[in-house]
Amino acid sequence: MAAIGISGIEKNYGPIPVLRGIDLDIADGEFVVLVGPSGCGKSTLLRLIAGLEAIDRGELRIAGRRVNELAPKDRDLAMVFQSYALYPHMTVADNMSYALRLRRTPKDKVAAALAAASAKLGLERLTERKPRALSGGQRQRVAMGRAIVRHPQAFLFDEPLSNLDARLREQMRFEIRKLHRDLGATSVYVTHDQIEAMTMADRIVAMNEGVIQQVGTPAELYDTPANLFVAGFIGSPAMNVLQGEVVAGEGGTTVRIGGAVLASVSPGTRPGPVTLGVRPERIALTAPGDGATATVELVEPTGLATIVHLDLGGQPVKTFTTERLSLKAGEPVGLRLEAGGLSLFAPETGERLVAAKA
Amino acid sequence: MTALDLGAPAAPRLTLRRFALAAEPYLYCAPALILIAAIMLVPLVLGLSYAFRDLVLLDPASGDFIGFTHFVEVWQDDNFWNALRNTLVWTVVAVGLQFGLGLVLALLLNQPCPGRGIIQALVFLPWAVPSFLSGLNWAWMFNPVIGPLPYVFHWLGLTDRPENLLSDPAHALWGPIIAMVWWGIPFFAITLLAALQSIPKDIFEAAALDGAGAIERFRSITLPFLAPTMAITVLLRTVWIANSADLIVVMTHGGPADSTQILASYIFTQAFQRLDFGYASALAAVLLVLLLGYAMAIVLLRQTLLSRS
Amino acid sequence: MRGAGHWTFHYGMLALFTAFALFPLFWAFKVSVTPNDLLYSEGVRLWPSRVSFAHYGTVLRHSDFPLFFRNSVVVSTGTAVLSTLFAAAGGYAVSRFSFRGKLPIIGLLLVTQMFPLVMIVAPIFRLLAPLGLTNSLTGLIIVYTAFNVPFAVFLMGSFFDGIPKELEEAAMMDGASRFQALLQIILPLTLPGIAATLGFVFTAAWSELLFALMLNSSTAASTFPVGLLAFVSKFSVDFGQMMAAGIMALIPVCIFFFLIQRHLVQGLTAGAVKG
Repeated sequence: MAAIGISGIEKNYGPIPVLRGIDLDIADGEFVVLVGPSGCGKSTLLRLIAGLEAIDRGELRIAGRRVNELAPKDRDLAMVFQSYALYPHMTVADNMSYALRLRRTPKDKVAAALAAASAKLGLERLTERKPRALSGGQRQRVAMGRAIVRHPQAFLFDEPLSNLDARLREQMRFEIRKLHRDLGATSVYVTHDQIEAMTMADRIVAMNEGVIQQVGTPAELYDTPANLFVAGFIGSPAMNVLQGEVVAGEGGTTVRIGGAVLASVSPGTRPGPVTLGVRPERIALTAPGDGATATVELVEPTGLATIVHLDLGGQPVKTFTTERLSLKAGEPVGLRLEAGGLSLFAPETGERLVAAKA
Repeated sequence: MTALDLGAPAAPRLTLRRFALAAEPYLYCAPALILIAAIMLVPLVLGLSYAFRDLVLLDPASGDFIGFTHFVEVWQDDNFWNALRNTLVWTVVAVGLQFGLGLVLALLLNQPCPGRGIIQALVFLPWAVPSFLSGLNWAWMFNPVIGPLPYVFHWLGLTDRPENLLSDPAHALWGPIIAMVWWGIPFFAITLLAALQSIPKDIFEAAALDGAGAIERFRSITLPFLAPTMAITVLLRTVWIANSADLIVVMTHGGPADSTQILASYIFTQAFQRLDFGYASALAAVLLVLLLGYAMAIVLLRQTLLSRS
Repeated sequence: MRGAGHWTFHYGMLALFTAFALFPLFWAFKVSVTPNDLLYSEGVRLWPSRVSFAHYGTVLRHSDFPLFFRNSVVVSTGTAVLSTLFAAAGGYAVSRFSFRGKLPIIGLLLVTQMFPLVMIVAPIFRLLAPLGLTNSLTGLIIVYTAFNVPFAVFLMGSFFDGIPKELEEAAMMDGASRFQALLQIILPLTLPGIAATLGFVFTAAWSELLFALMLNSSTAASTFPVGLLAFVSKFSVDFGQMMAAGIMALIPVCIFFFLIQRHLVQGLTAGAVKG
């Protein structure tokens, strides 16, 4: 297994910049997820690591060695593609052993590696089938089997679960994580699904428009997003983004919306307009008059929890609670923020301000 | 696991790999390009140069550079204008009929029905026949001595007596046209059928649900989908047909009285019967320019239509 | 569903097309089995009163036709194989890479389809003669390959377009060079496309008359189109023999075509012929 070092990587497609200077260090054995919306550059970055596209500027090091100039076949990386890319004219066994056969590995070693990988992924009974006779989940496993048979330095995953239905996706998330634990393999995983990122990553790399927005553990990105993009992208239901102001007064510095006080913040916080981020589950609903006042717009019971859509001085707010509520549309209701549940961002740049305390 | 040597970073192979990567596509194209350059481009340039020289084969006195003399001759040559007119008629009618009938055939074959496979194979067969053989074959069929067609025409009331269509200067051009259409329908049918089969079925279903009748569905779904394929196919075939001399030469030699002489066959007779390569090359140059102009007009038209929609 | 009237119309139209397509071939066959004495007297009957295969015998035994036939087979097969090889390489490049020369190359290939070929007969002759490639089957193969490669590149390119790029990429990650991936993974998947291209080029080369006539004046290197014209002389046209020769010449191509035409349609659809 190997560490991957990325410094100053840039990539353009013609005149269009796709990656604008990426720096990232992936530790040996770490499971890193690149997440972001379509077009953010995450797949491009993965392909640069794989060697399928050329790096315009910057350096890529694998296990300490510069590999910019190496062809994909010499980088000893394995990739699982979104469409699985199984060789249609070969059996499962041939698909999985292709890489070893290319290297003229002796037949007995090939058979042993094949048996081990098949056992790990539950493919023993499928080895003589061709890809077209397999279900989506089975093809996915074969694609992974093809990757692990080689014992590569690192694994690359390009949105491997996008083509599966929801239930299968959940199951495969679990299996991939388990495999990672068993093998201790350095893995770079690309997805646009923030749930996959949150449940699978040791560290998440959130990207947007060719730039890394934040790198951190799932908890870090969830609790202390570095900017509005990360705040809105991570977490479902999404964080509430509201416009308010910081007002310095005698009782201390507070943050308010439409005059109503929502929370106290540290005295050093600069007064003025501010963008607030509040997670829906950090908002407590109280009696009207206790805290800020909002009007109920819609109540959505989802079984597990209830999502209440509110109107707070013209701004929409969503709350999320596992309590059973008996609220009706049009009712006034009081809002309180739970401790530590507030993030402040500068309105012009979207960057995080000093974390607020309530 | 592969052990890695963690020694000094890899020697800078920047130039070599980058160069190799950039050169890769050209290497794959190289065999084809070299061959085409040698066999088609070089002779083309040579051939164009003949147009500016007085070059009569087997006449040792010829070979002088004479500038645009040939082109002036072309302008003044009645045979040239006749051939040009015939080329237009020949091309427009032959392509039009091939396209129209090919489209009907493709539409018919697009519907699954018992026996479709074998019918399709049979109906595409004319394509396998060499075009000049098609010309010969139809020539015999038009010949009252051994062919049935003059009798059919007579029976239909088109002629007073069974006679050879190809001897009638007023209508002889129809002979090669029919032979060419017979031969060319499969090409259009195959291409259009492939294009038809690539139209997603659910669009038709949606339209049918919306209440569109067959004609309406054809007009608003099929035609727009087919348009790009049709444009290129028609362009290529038009040019090819304008250029094809062998069917006409073999069928009528351009006669009677030059009524079936098209530019391509005129060039052929000038070159190989009168051996005047200089003049023939000038004619060919004119034809080439006309065709290139036509091609560019089509491309521009397509660009305009695409940017409008 | 569709009524009986619709299907009658449908099959009726198809019958018309089929009759139109097959009648000339039937007529040629009919003449080829009509004995000479009946040829002019019964010329226009639908089927001769006496059938004779004598013409076939004469053509096979007393003319150079078998030689011409063999030459055509050699030239057409050689052209088909060589063209498909070059076109596979070129078509692969056009399908997989984006490079600066791509558009000019495609443009060039298109333009070559527009030449009046009559124009380059003489220069090609003058180019090939000193190399000893006139009056030679090899020379014809080279010339025919050059003529057919552009269209074959488009064909193969369109077939390659129907195969996902991820397959090569997976192979390259597995340790194959691009060329290995092309040979071991991609080409096996384009076999229908290769068959279709081979068939197309074979048919085109088989039918070519002009250059076969012009580049070659010896019987030894004549192909069958040239040989067929030999039956047409100023003094008499030996229709019976000519038809017999024509029918025989058609057999390989028709069979070939019969077999591959379905792949042609499939392949063109799979690659989604680009306008």
